[in-house]
Amino acid sequence: MKSETITRTVIEARNLDLTFQTNDGPVHALKDVNLDINQGDFVSFIGPSGCGKTTFLRCIAALETPTGGSLSVNGMTADEARRKRAYGYVFQAAGLYPWRTIAKNIKLPLEIMGYSREEQEKRVDDALALVDLKGFGQKFPWQLSGGMQQRASIARALAFDADLLLMDEPFGALDEIVRDHLNEQLLQLWASTGKTIGFVTHSIPEAVYLSTKIVVMSPRPGRITDVIESPLPKERPLDIRDTPEFIEIAHRVREGLRAGHGA
Amino acid sequence: MKNLLAVLTVVSVIVAVWYAACVPMNIKSVLNTAVRADQVVVPQDNKTRREAGAVGLVFQNTSHIAATWAEDRPRLPAPHQVMVELWSTTVNKKITSKRSLVYHGWVTLSATLLGFAIGTGLGVLLAVGIVHSKVMDMSVMPWAIVSQTIPIIALAPMIIVVLYSIGIQGIIPKAVISAYLSFFPVVVGMVKGLRSPDAMQLDLLRTYSASTGQGFWKLRLPASMPYLFASLKIGIAASLVGAIVGELPTGAVAGLGARLLAGSYYGQTVQIWSALFAAALLAASLVALLGFLERLVLRRMGEKA
Repeated sequence: MKSETITRTVIEARNLDLTFQTNDGPVHALKDVNLDINQGDFVSFIGPSGCGKTTFLRCIAALETPTGGSLSVNGMTADEARRKRAYGYVFQAAGLYPWRTIAKNIKLPLEIMGYSREEQEKRVDDALALVDLKGFGQKFPWQLSGGMQQRASIARALAFDADLLLMDEPFGALDEIVRDHLNEQLLQLWASTGKTIGFVTHSIPEAVYLSTKIVVMSPRPGRITDVIESPLPKERPLDIRDTPEFIEIAHRVREGLRAGHGA
Repeated sequence: MKNLLAVLTVVSVIVAVWYAACVPMNIKSVLNTAVRADQVVVPQDNKTRREAGAVGLVFQNTSHIAATWAEDRPRLPAPHQVMVELWSTTVNKKITSKRSLVYHGWVTLSATLLGFAIGTGLGVLLAVGIVHSKVMDMSVMPWAIVSQTIPIIALAPMIIVVLYSIGIQGIIPKAVISAYLSFFPVVVGMVKGLRSPDAMQLDLLRTYSASTGQGFWKLRLPASMPYLFASLKIGIAASLVGAIVGELPTGAVAGLGARLLAGSYYGQTVQIWSALFAAALLAASLVALLGFLERLVLRRMGEKA
């Protein structure tokens, strides 16, 4: 870390619990989760389905309300942070409005947040450039491939320039090759914008390739079993995945997942 | 081209069945007329003929078949009779004439359009209320459903009498009946349409901290458009039925309903059928117009061409 910049903690979870009341009795989606995420971190949440990784991300976004413990986002409660539009959220499906063009889809949050018309135009152009979709602004979503739609939805989350980007398995529905390409682009985007990113995935290579911090989770009850600080450099070409360091971290993640499963 | 052939086939089958049906339907009165004109019919005796089966009579009197398609007041008029009547009461009649179907059609159409506008407006407003308020959902929806279980033919005279007693007559009572029939499909369709955005799309708006109003204008309303148009097409047809029914109990001075009523008073079956066809044509063109509007709007909303 550079000496003069003090690393700020963006997200701070202490003893976080979330229990859903269902007809089959209570379900412990999250139990005793403790985690700090610093500014500029790229944090991946990995684990089998039902481990609470998406639920935790939704808690940060104040789309779910924890039933116990404390959670602060930018020093506020999660809901205050949501009201202040502290984060952009990318869902598993692109979820673009079919009746809006790509440019107008990206404009949606800007309209809601009351940006001026010129500012909207400028930000849409910037966001399109950032995800490499220049020239596609006037297309409707159905005219774009799945990967391009997902890039448009990332542009939509970036358009209002929140410092925090929360992504819930954004590339889960895409094929391996498109995924590799988007992973590379996402790293460049992260490097150029310096955002803090929370990224849910169930792919070990994806988590290791992208992250500075890998949070391994396990189900029933959903909890954190391991937090791995990645020693990989910030510059990461795709073939870094063949280096011994990469394989070693991947191995540790796999061990963590297995241990969580056995418990 | 292939479609055209199929359509023409269906139409010609319908016309053929219609012509065929005219023969047994009208044979008895044709034979009665023939007897009065001293022509030979089998059997000659009136009483036996009255009790004979219609199909049997047709086979015994094949020379009289042509006359079943040319009666003055047939039980079932032949297609060409209806078409001739339609033609002569529309194209060959001044619009201002009381016997012009265009005039009567316009009287009914104006009530239909007014009722449709009221019904659609009311339906959309109710749907917006129902979607945004649980209380309205629980209190209004059951009444809307109950309202449609009452036969309109029973309700229409009461609406007209009640409105007349407070001094409202003319187009308004008809439009009210028309609105009564057309608001319901709009409510049902719009409630479904406004609720059609999935949880993820609603979550997305939450992440923007969007207000309820913004959610309505930017997400719910555009998402409901396909549902709205489906409802409007049902609604406009129901509106027309409402306007016609509204014309029946008033003593029937003008309108397609009046033509139907007058036709049945005087046994003018050709007039009844031509009024029915006029109503059907009117409904079909209204629905087609909405279909055109739907394509226009949805195309602008980026629907696949």
